[in-house]
Amino acid sequence: MKTPDNLTELAGAADPVTGRFTAPFQHLADRLSLSGEPSWLLALRQAGLAAFAATGLPTTQDEDWRFTNLAPLRQFEFTPTLGQSPVDIPTEALDGLAFHELDAARLVFVDGHYAPALSSPPAEESGFEIRPLSEALAAEPGTLERELAGHAALEGAPFTALNQAYFTDGALVRVAAGRELAKPLHVLFVSSGTRPGLAVHPRNLILIGDGAAATIIEHYVGLQEQATLTNAVTELVVGDGARVEHLRFQEEAVSAFHFGMLRLRQGRESNVSAHSISLGARIFRHHVDPTLEGERTECVLNGLYLARGRQLADHHMVVDHARPNGASHEYFNGILADQARGVFHGRILVRPGAQKTDAKQTNKNILLSDDAQVNTKPQLEIYADDVKCTHGATIGQLDPDSIFYLRARGIPLETARRMLVHSFAGEITDRIRYAPAREEVDEIVWDWLEALEQVHIGRRDGSDEPVPA
Amino acid sequence: MSEALSTINEFVSSEYKYGFVSDIESDTLPPGLNEDVVRAISARKEEPEWLTEWRLKAYRHWLKMTEPRWQKAEYTPVDYQAISYYAAPKKKPALNSLDEVDPELRATFDKLGISLDEQKRLAGVAVDAVMDSVSVATTFQKDLEKHGVIFCSFSEAVKRHPELVRQYLGAVVPYTDNFFAALNSAVFSDGSFCYIPKGVRCPMELSTYFRINAANTGQFERTLIVAEEGSYVSYLEGCTAPMRDENQLHAAVVELLALDRAEIKYSTVQNWYPGDKEGRGGIYNFVTKRGLCKGRHSKISWTQVETGSAITWKYPSCVLLGENSVGEFYSVALTNNRQQADTGTKMVHLGRNTRSTIVSKGISAGRGQNSYRGLVKIAKGAAGARNFSQCDSLLIGDQCGAHTFPYIESANTTAQLEHEATTSKIGEDQIFYCNQRGIETQDAVNMIVNGFCKEVFKELPMEFAVEAQKLLGVSLEGSVG
Repeated sequence: MKTPDNLTELAGAADPVTGRFTAPFQHLADRLSLSGEPSWLLALRQAGLAAFAATGLPTTQDEDWRFTNLAPLRQFEFTPTLGQSPVDIPTEALDGLAFHELDAARLVFVDGHYAPALSSPPAEESGFEIRPLSEALAAEPGTLERELAGHAALEGAPFTALNQAYFTDGALVRVAAGRELAKPLHVLFVSSGTRPGLAVHPRNLILIGDGAAATIIEHYVGLQEQATLTNAVTELVVGDGARVEHLRFQEEAVSAFHFGMLRLRQGRESNVSAHSISLGARIFRHHVDPTLEGERTECVLNGLYLARGRQLADHHMVVDHARPNGASHEYFNGILADQARGVFHGRILVRPGAQKTDAKQTNKNILLSDDAQVNTKPQLEIYADDVKCTHGATIGQLDPDSIFYLRARGIPLETARRMLVHSFAGEITDRIRYAPAREEVDEIVWDWLEALEQVHIGRRDGSDEPVPA
Repeated sequence: MSEALSTINEFVSSEYKYGFVSDIESDTLPPGLNEDVVRAISARKEEPEWLTEWRLKAYRHWLKMTEPRWQKAEYTPVDYQAISYYAAPKKKPALNSLDEVDPELRATFDKLGISLDEQKRLAGVAVDAVMDSVSVATTFQKDLEKHGVIFCSFSEAVKRHPELVRQYLGAVVPYTDNFFAALNSAVFSDGSFCYIPKGVRCPMELSTYFRINAANTGQFERTLIVAEEGSYVSYLEGCTAPMRDENQLHAAVVELLALDRAEIKYSTVQNWYPGDKEGRGGIYNFVTKRGLCKGRHSKISWTQVETGSAITWKYPSCVLLGENSVGEFYSVALTNNRQQADTGTKMVHLGRNTRSTIVSKGISAGRGQNSYRGLVKIAKGAAGARNFSQCDSLLIGDQCGAHTFPYIESANTTAQLEHEATTSKIGEDQIFYCNQRGIETQDAVNMIVNGFCKEVFKELPMEFAVEAQKLLGVSLEGSVG
């Protein structure tokens, strides 16, 4: 473990950009130890900072970041919200946000700090612990030492490391064995956007016991158009035979940066559906990192990214089949307009001995403009022979025959295109099992499409001039 | 499943059939690499000044480069100062007929199953046999000359057609391209040169047998094929190498250039020494192969069957620059014992309405690691581009690995790209089904593997298809108890 002295050195020695990200820590660390954070937590933060300082911000020279250029982030005035006093926002500010009308328990965090006035946590009940992390740490500082940050590795994950250094708060969810969460939990992270440079680091810890069940919505929203940073880490540990549906919905400001990590560990015969729907942020990068640790585990990763303007949406995942008879299915669809870029990296890793693995991965993309771009890397790494692994990727435009079919039935071209793009998105949204959330997401996708000036799908649909031979 | 297990064991344990050293005196440079060595190679080959300079430029550039290590393979690093960069069979007088070829060399070819005499009579195949680094015999020259086709060793081309060589050398793979291409550009010993004039359909399949012979000699081949407007050529490359204990580096460069409506079909069967069961020895096959479809409606097609080498690391590529040009890549790669293959292709679509097809079949057995790595890139201007990729892996045994690392990049809405990959094994039920119908397990495995590779084999020229099937057959032979 590094001592604070070393950290100062590290911060000073690194390049100026890395320095800007590490420098605020020293000052904070003093205040935090005064404010009574347990010493193990401080050590944890220090380890995170050291790991980040060792690598710094990744560049396109790193294979994992080849297509995601963080140059704009290098100009970012990094002001972590850790140690700052919470910003008050009125309850009305949340009206009209997605999932606001859902019949769900709600934890709301503003710039990373818990906002009790906006939240409606579930009534206390034995077998369930649902509360902000900060509250749990204050009440019983010792209990989380083993679990917190015990699952998401820092190696090769600079943003996870940065989060570990600066995280403020997030949801703590414990569901005891065999219990079922009656209502879904809506965890809302609001970026107030009151000033540029705010760096919010939410951290969630979700522990689902054997045979338990839960539906959790993790929701990130920006209230104002502002260049802020959200760097969230969620550790989700699912016990044997448990069932979990996790929906991550990201609608930050389009000038914001958003980095996410979902670390998922699955026990024997468990079933997890993890959805990632993303609309916002200038640079969005989300890692999904599941390990199928028990036999006969099922995992569905499902994602939809919609990007326009100069947005970049990047999904990165490594599905680790560590035990036999596991099944994983990944479906990621992207719709890219204007100069937007989509990046997909998916790797299915089948470890030696993980026989009878059934893994499937698809990434489909529709480009709505000549300036949009997609880079996709669907990969298989297989060390066992008795497996069924497939992957596929497509990039293209709408089927001209389908457009013709619709037009022949009197549907105008533009509507026909929108309908088809919508159904393309529907392939993903339809997999959301919790119906009220699914309907809302569907509506939001439709609105997003409506807002596009023209759904211009290449020139192969017979509408414009044909491609010259 | 015990039968299948013994299948695997025997498959894994079948010995390399072509291990022998032919005893021909070699004129060999001492190991080591510096500017003097580059000059010495150039001098020995009586090259013009510009080529010597070109080699030196490449060498100086190479010094500035670092060896790439991103491939998915583990190996002991190559000591570039321990390699001898030139070896030539010693006798020099020009040959008038095959009879003048060194009998020992003839015998070697006989052992490899390519009797030159027979070849001469058979099937109209011209053979430019490369023994180590200098071409020894070339047949059918006259026939080809009649059509205006130039097919000769690289050094001969430098002497007889310097203007062509100078114009096209490095046009597709510049010496700055990568570490191994730079090395090859500095020290390339020989290779083949092929020029098909405008409108000519080459009257026969062109073929070269590469063969690494003298111990400790890296082989740095350079092949350059230029197909002028409206021409067609099918080129075959086949390789075997004798058994050696030390790793041998093979860093070849192949450049193909197709002009308007020209078509080049390049087929490879590679069966170099893969090392022993523990992976000792064996060839490092680090090759740069690239074709440029420069003209409209041009086509370049790569077909490869890779069964040898300790490490195969190559990506035969197509740069599709001309409108409506077509790139194809068909590959079977088999890794066995501790062989490692990291191979695939790059299809770079620059022109409008360019099309490419990728069919890759990987077979892993023993502890072999087989990776497909490929790039499909659609540039902004490549409107209407189309790509289809298919990568299938077959795993035999539970200690091997099969991996797929495709890169797909599109910057054009009208492009259509598809990529598919599957992984499977030879199912017990498939074997059982065959057994039930009186087909022995051995034949069943052969049938299944051949069926698996069929899409690729059908792209090979007749002679090669037979050889390729035989090669897989030999590897699988005795694999079932």
